[in-house]
Amino acid sequence: MIEIQNLTKTYGQIKAVDNISFTVNKGEILGFLGPNGAGKSTTMNIITGFIPSSSGKVTVNGCDIMEEPEEVKKKIGYLPELPPLYMDMTVNEYLTFCSELKKVSKKVFRSQMDDIMELVKITHVKNRLVKNLSKGYKQRVGLAQSLLGSPEVLILDEPTVGLDPKQILEIRKLIKALGKEHTIILSSHILPEVSAVCERVVIINKGKIAAIDTPDNLSKSLGDYSRFTITIAGPKNKIVDNLKEIYGVKYLEPQHSGEKEENSFVVEADKEIDVRKPIFHKLSELGYPILELKSLSMSLEDIFIQLTSEEKGEV
Amino acid sequence: MLAILKREIRSYFYSPIAYVLIGLFMLVTAIFFTLTSITYQVADFNGVLSNIEFILMIIIPMLTMRIMAEDRKSGTEVLLITSPTKITDIVLGKYLATFGVFLAMTVISFIFPIILYIFGKPYFAPLAGGYIGFVLIGAAYIAIGLFASALTENQIVAAIITFVALLIIRIIDPIAETLGGVAEIVLKWFSLTTRYEDFNRGILDLSSIVYYISFVAVFIFLTVRIIDKRRWSQG
Repeated sequence: MIEIQNLTKTYGQIKAVDNISFTVNKGEILGFLGPNGAGKSTTMNIITGFIPSSSGKVTVNGCDIMEEPEEVKKKIGYLPELPPLYMDMTVNEYLTFCSELKKVSKKVFRSQMDDIMELVKITHVKNRLVKNLSKGYKQRVGLAQSLLGSPEVLILDEPTVGLDPKQILEIRKLIKALGKEHTIILSSHILPEVSAVCERVVIINKGKIAAIDTPDNLSKSLGDYSRFTITIAGPKNKIVDNLKEIYGVKYLEPQHSGEKEENSFVVEADKEIDVRKPIFHKLSELGYPILELKSLSMSLEDIFIQLTSEEKGEV
Repeated sequence: MLAILKREIRSYFYSPIAYVLIGLFMLVTAIFFTLTSITYQVADFNGVLSNIEFILMIIIPMLTMRIMAEDRKSGTEVLLITSPTKITDIVLGKYLATFGVFLAMTVISFIFPIILYIFGKPYFAPLAGGYIGFVLIGAAYIAIGLFASALTENQIVAAIITFVALLIIRIIDPIAETLGGVAEIVLKWFSLTTRYEDFNRGILDLSSIVYYISFVAVFIFLTVRIIDKRRWSQG
């Protein structure tokens, strides 16, 4: 659906986007993840045709953005980081203007308008001036704008930034629902959001792609140890001494214990060795019951930090 | 283009700016009308027209300052450029909207010649010529303002650039006369105001009409180029 090949954007000496390539399949929700200034917005601006690339190629459904800009732009709905709203218009007027600008036929617009407003829940504010709306509603109006003319591709640049937790959940749910009919690229620096919504993640750092995979695979493939927390009823020091001796346990970190005689630890162990059984036997030998055992898979957060931090080479 | 045109015209009238500027224009016109036509009891409006042309130097920069700069500042430029509408159409729509407001202003000032027709018999040809010239010179000034507004995202800066440009245009004539010789001929040929004076005397010169229209076209073209160039150089 969207193919990005060797895309580079330079501003003077600075390479904002450095030779990145990836494809987005039809009907997929792709997360675009990176720290601030990694080149997320620049890449999105290039895909939508707002700025041209220095080199490389972007095609949407086989159409090149540089060669057939009008064709490509018709296929894309874009919600930039700052929703592009006219403050002096009412929501209704604004959406009417946008549909004319996007060359959506009047007939299609009339049939869509109510559905879109219903979908993003702005029907009850349609006659209010955009400038009087709260941040969350402005974001929704921006999203409604990107949906006009039902473009095949939706590009959403940090769609949940600045919203309250309830609104964030609503918008995420909405994006998931939209993913059934649209191909979506979603940028974010909020990690749970990406793992909750996206089927595939592109992690970008300093203009380069650090990783592309599903959130699950990313957490599996990275990290050469397994982690879990374990809560044991028993004296802390004795447990530490005994557990450390078990073959395969690499690291043991006591956590804050709530009650006396009830201690939690984070255990890191070699990936190849299942240390849970020997731990169980050892503890039963000692007569300290295991109250809780929970495996900790590497969170996207950890992966993200590992991939984008400076010391990447040494880790 | 039509969508932009409609939006921009509406936008002028949503804010007080159009009302204030039209009011200012009417006030100045009325003052000159009283000072010349009424005081001297002459059924001639061309004197007033040639006098009020100077107020365009104030009105046009204020009318055009927001036209491109505002979109850049508020981020709506992204919406316009990523829509399937061509940049030329966007610029043209915005130009025509401003020109439309200017035209409305001009049409409202017809009230003064109408008063003259009620009480006297002014010649129609110089009046029509004067108005055609007035509209053309206004069109040219708006094109300059449009271009200046595309240069910056600060509306005040845009207004000042336009004002300075119009000031220079107005002092080209005296400069040309002082220089004399070939320089005078060349400068007077390019001068917007010299040609305007011809119209005001009732001379309808086709080449002048073409000159004004070309002037507008060149500045619209330059505006499109500026926007396009900026897309390449910045994010």
